[in-house]
Amino acid sequence: MTAKVRIPTVLRPALGGVTSLAVEGSTIGEILNRLTSDYPAIRGQLVNEDGTLHRFLNVYVNDDDVRYLGGVDAPVANDDEITLLPAVAGGFL
Amino acid sequence: MLSLSIDHVNAIVATCIRALPDEGCGLLLGTPDGSVVEVMASPNAARSSRVYEVDSRVLLQAYRRADDEGLLVIGVFHSHTHSEAYPSPTDVHQAPDPLWHYVLVSLRDATAVMRSYRIIDGIVSEEEVRR
Repeated sequence: MTAKVRIPTVLRPALGGVTSLAVEGSTIGEILNRLTSDYPAIRGQLVNEDGTLHRFLNVYVNDDDVRYLGGVDAPVANDDEITLLPAVAGGFL
Repeated sequence: MLSLSIDHVNAIVATCIRALPDEGCGLLLGTPDGSVVEVMASPNAARSSRVYEVDSRVLLQAYRRADDEGLLVIGVFHSHTHSEAYPSPTDVHQAPDPLWHYVLVSLRDATAVMRSYRIIDGIVSEEEVRR
């Protein structure tokens, strides 16, 4: 499976300025693993040390937030569009 | 500088008042010169009076709409229900985009106060808001 991964503005400098990448994988976890092995500098912004999704990263398969599709186990089909967007949050924690 | 119309200001403040007792939030779509074209209200996914998080579906919609309309997501607004319209340490820590405008609405007093900031490398600077 090859999916198109849309790269958010804040991660583009670490990826040579590209706006999207074709990445192989059949689950979100595989896609993110491939991406972070190719670009280790962004690993900390995508996943936690145990491989789960970073709290402040939103990942979508087409129109759906993968938190509702099984997180890193969410399946990815050929030509799916994966969008990565940093969460927009704040406050007095 | 942030430019926005009185209708945009009303939409921002109304979103924050409707969210009470929680913090309210939403995104600003516009152009690179800081002109707001559209205010997109969001539910506060954190459902809290102390923290906010833009709903993930609204976030995706905002980027899609910006792409479709030749705009950018240029910033975010949120309210402080019991403190001044100034970014908290967490707001600063979680403000990743130096190009964004961070609009704060304080509902602490009888009259809502709205201010806008840039947050670059952890340094907060207030900017002019023009209507």
